[in-house]
Amino acid sequence: MLFLTKARYMRIHIIWVSILLVGALTACGPTTQGNDQQLTLTGSTSVGPFAEQLAERYEEHHRGSKVNIQALGSSAGIQAAAEGTVELGMSSRHLEPDEEEQLQVYEIARDALAIIVHPSNAVTDLSTEQVRRIFTGEIANWREVGGHDAPIDIVTREAGSGTYGAFEELVMDKELPAQSALRQGSNGAVRQIIAGDPDSIGYISLGIVNETVKPISVDHVQASTEAVMSGQYKLVRPFLFVQRKNATLSPLGQEFLSYVLSPEGQQELVQAGLIQGADAQ
Amino acid sequence: MKERLISFLLFLCALVSIASLAIITFFIFQAGLPLIFRVGLGNFLESSLWNPSGDPQSFGIAAMILGSIWVTLGAIVVGVPLGLAVAIFSAEIAPPRLAMLIRPVIQLLAGIPSVIYGFIGLTILAPAIRATFGGPGLSVLTAALILGIMILPSIISISEDALRAVPSAYRDGSLAVGATRWQTIWRVLVPAARSGIVASVILGMGRALGETMAVIMMLGNALQVPRSPLDSATTLTSNIGLELAYASGAHRDALFATGVVLFVLIMILNILANIFTGRVTFWQRLSAFRPAVFNGRAAWRRRNT
Repeated sequence: MLFLTKARYMRIHIIWVSILLVGALTACGPTTQGNDQQLTLTGSTSVGPFAEQLAERYEEHHRGSKVNIQALGSSAGIQAAAEGTVELGMSSRHLEPDEEEQLQVYEIARDALAIIVHPSNAVTDLSTEQVRRIFTGEIANWREVGGHDAPIDIVTREAGSGTYGAFEELVMDKELPAQSALRQGSNGAVRQIIAGDPDSIGYISLGIVNETVKPISVDHVQASTEAVMSGQYKLVRPFLFVQRKNATLSPLGQEFLSYVLSPEGQQELVQAGLIQGADAQ
Repeated sequence: MKERLISFLLFLCALVSIASLAIITFFIFQAGLPLIFRVGLGNFLESSLWNPSGDPQSFGIAAMILGSIWVTLGAIVVGVPLGLAVAIFSAEIAPPRLAMLIRPVIQLLAGIPSVIYGFIGLTILAPAIRATFGGPGLSVLTAALILGIMILPSIISISEDALRAVPSAYRDGSLAVGATRWQTIWRVLVPAARSGIVASVILGMGRALGETMAVIMMLGNALQVPRSPLDSATTLTSNIGLELAYASGAHRDALFATGVVLFVLIMILNILANIFTGRVTFWQRLSAFRPAVFNGRAAWRRRNT
């Protein structure tokens, strides 16, 4: 610094000061504008990430609107909507009869799980019960289900992820996967492990299945969009938005709901690995 | 005025880094400690049942602690002999020009992102291990081999510095009394550089213990206590990295609590490394916590002389 001229030094000084000033101003600046419209959705942790994605996309097109997603669980979402604390609740399970009386339901999408194995695996069909016993570790060798003689490498998802939640609910019947089960952080990572390991089995969202892995039929029904739509394939759960009956949505709530059910919104969901909901337009 | 402004700015920078450490510490402990107290420290550390989304929830991180220990020790077993050998070669045996080439190459190793290491482990090493030894391939062995390479830069550079810092009188003296070159290296130089070498190993351990991304990719993340090097396992870091995205409520707190345990472990390793490098002796470190009044008289004497 000694050889800097005074003027040059002052310039650096000014830069520093302005950096500090800008920092201070942004920190104190207004974070929201007063006339913003706000919408809050509460509910399923599985629907949450997808709703979040839809909300972000919606906000891109509608400046000044803010859609908040709170993922607290399906029951919490249903209850909040029934009590009217939120306009829209999110659920990844079907409603109980008493809940159905109070709530208007929109099926925004369906989440189907495919059970996948390595393409070289000779096994083509398993019952739900067999899949469950494989994942709990009771069935430990492919020979026991008509395959080659090799120990089964189980691949599951981490606790808290929506896909794990679906699998837990649709297949595991409150039992935990075997401790030796490998855990991966995404559908893609599971697919990659299965594609590289001839002895492995795993589950991923149906939309993520590609030719590197082999989806097997469950209870003799091959997973496909059609089988899901017709109701034959059982490893499916609905993604629902629920609203209190006879309550009118705010303009923002109405508009967000129609965006989600519109072809653009549905396209977004299908790309994320889901299947069109029954109430899609 | 100029001097004072600059020193003030530098002081501000120092303050920012210290403050961010303090804030991070506070935040991790504030988020994690309540859960540890609720579950009980014994339960949290000794149970290996981790089922944060179950009903009832259970939070036991014993399997992850053991996973971390296995992987870290494995990395040390792979990395230390290799790193020490390179350090000795580069400091003592290699002609200066070759040594000047080795150094930047090793430093380059440190610049490779860990996700690349993980990818190599996942796509090349894991299938090879599955084909050779069986098992799922994603295993403690796979992670230890790759982590052993990842910790090489810290081990080599610090060990090499320590070896070069040994006074040449030691070397000359040893050779003068008729020791061979190897005897000089192994019996004189390595013992003389011991503290630096031990520090390098401890820093390497810290690196292996803290590595997250590569471990998530290579270790398979099974929630079990590994019984063989071919078993998959989960470490403290990889479980946080894997689950934090979707965690909420008590699950999230439990991940922060895992962070508290990790924080304590890393702190212990860093303090050990500082002690061994001789930067701070154990007693100096302890005296930092001594109430200031004990230092009062010495300070008073200093002022008045």
